[in-house]
Amino acid sequence: MSQTVQQKYETVIGLEVHLQLSTRTKIFCGCANVFGREPNTQTCPVCLGLPGTLPVLNKMALEYALKIAIALDCQINSVIKFDRKNYYYPDLPKGYQISQYDKPVAYDGHVWMTGADGQERKINIKRAHLEEDAGKLIHDERANCSLVDYNRTGTPLLEIVSEPELRSPQEAYDYLQALKLTLEYLRVSDCDMEKGSLRCDANVSIREAGAKTFGTKTELKNMNSFKAVRTALEFEEKRQREAAASGGRVIQETRLWSEEKGITIAMRSKEEAHDYRYFPEPDLVPFDIDEALIEELRRSIPELPRQKFERFTGEYRLSGYDARIIVADQHIAHFFEACAKLYADTKKICNWLNGPLLQELNARKMGFSGIKITPEDLIAIMRKVDQSELSNLAAKETLKQVLDTGKDVASVIRDAGLAQVSDSPALEGIVDELIHEHQTVVGQIREGKASAIGFLVGQAMRKSQGKANPKMIGEIIQRKLSGKSNA
Amino acid sequence: MTKSARNITKEDVLYIASLSRIHLRGEEVERLTKDLEGILQYVHKLEKLDVRAVEPTSHVLPLTNVYREDEAKPSLAQAEVMKVAAAAHNGFFKVPKVI
Repeated sequence: MSQTVQQKYETVIGLEVHLQLSTRTKIFCGCANVFGREPNTQTCPVCLGLPGTLPVLNKMALEYALKIAIALDCQINSVIKFDRKNYYYPDLPKGYQISQYDKPVAYDGHVWMTGADGQERKINIKRAHLEEDAGKLIHDERANCSLVDYNRTGTPLLEIVSEPELRSPQEAYDYLQALKLTLEYLRVSDCDMEKGSLRCDANVSIREAGAKTFGTKTELKNMNSFKAVRTALEFEEKRQREAAASGGRVIQETRLWSEEKGITIAMRSKEEAHDYRYFPEPDLVPFDIDEALIEELRRSIPELPRQKFERFTGEYRLSGYDARIIVADQHIAHFFEACAKLYADTKKICNWLNGPLLQELNARKMGFSGIKITPEDLIAIMRKVDQSELSNLAAKETLKQVLDTGKDVASVIRDAGLAQVSDSPALEGIVDELIHEHQTVVGQIREGKASAIGFLVGQAMRKSQGKANPKMIGEIIQRKLSGKSNA
Repeated sequence: MTKSARNITKEDVLYIASLSRIHLRGEEVERLTKDLEGILQYVHKLEKLDVRAVEPTSHVLPLTNVYREDEAKPSLAQAEVMKVAAAAHNGFFKVPKVI
């Protein structure tokens, strides 16, 4: 694409996030809200839409939705109601989905996100509404039929709709990260895109830079990771720009992202697909949302990522870089803060957390929650390094073993013989052996080549399997070779 | 759907039928067009009333805030559920291929 085409158009993106709320039961019936069970074992007459049944709203689902609304600084409707969204598809046993049309839980909120340049930007939220999830379809190619599992039917969903204020696929990605982090802190969903507990559709269009009106948009579906959202948007942005540049036009349609092919594919055209004929749900009465409930929920909201970031850069004087990594996972943030209560040098704690500890966890493909090492363990290891009882190498080995076994630091060091050797006679013996084995290097040192000492120290570390105190080794070498030939 | 008092046409009926995934025979289209026409005429009469002073309402019952607590109840057994399936396969509802 030529540079002029790049500059001539701007991309406009709005995202719809569907979040499964992690209540114990479904939104309108008492079936367990669980993932991964045998097909059609978590259903009842209500969620199967059998005649004569009545849905009743799960209070917890509403409270979770309100918590999210508060955390996203939304306006909350004082009266909310539910509506029927009518469409016929086998994933929906009733022929309609209970959703919210004109009185959603919340509207006019925002998400603060940080771009790659470190700049904060506010993206407005248009609305957030409660609805029930649909069932799951499996398409059997050979049998030429589709199979339906209604376990997921009736799982509480909150749909969070952004304003079309995102201007690039990367911004869409950053927005999703920021939104997900806030949702994780609230503990209202497990936010796992692979399990489908967080799903994202994207509306994307292009227009001439600076234009006030919107171009024709396409809706992208079927992305199952944040990276897939970004890649699908990049593809679609390019496709639309090329169409416009070559005098073509964009058709309003739904396109499915194909992960294998790396392209978006138009769904079979259903021009009437958006005629959902919403009408008020007669089976559910309206709900008054009183201030007292909102206040009670507001008080239950934990410190959110943005506030934590502010506090960590202030109270603990962390750099923006360190604070961002630590705040990006509430378990790390919690671990860090427990460490900071025990040890004053917070920069050093960050270096251990964001360095060796995260590396070891990544190598094991483990998350931070439920790890076997405690903040006390990490601080004990760091103190032993400070007091020259562990070399850096041995400290990392200790960390690994505590992580794997959950044993306490002292017994790991003892059992694996990791303690640093600072005992003079033992070190002297090692140095004597080295001087004997490396006469050429010794000659260089005597001639004043100080850098050669490093080589001998390295050899000493090898001989001692990382346990020798390198500082003492250096001192002994210097003393022994400092001209007075007492060697 | 439009609010104006225009007559319902065969096309409207066929459109609604397609949204509802219903196949209609020729004479059914005729009959339903007439039926729906009658229903809409009745609604048009209501539209002539002055309701400016009336609060929009979606429920007539003086009830709000009917909740249930987040407590699990037993679900139906899979075999029980499969009894209401027109066709079943390995615990799934089996339907004609979609997409």
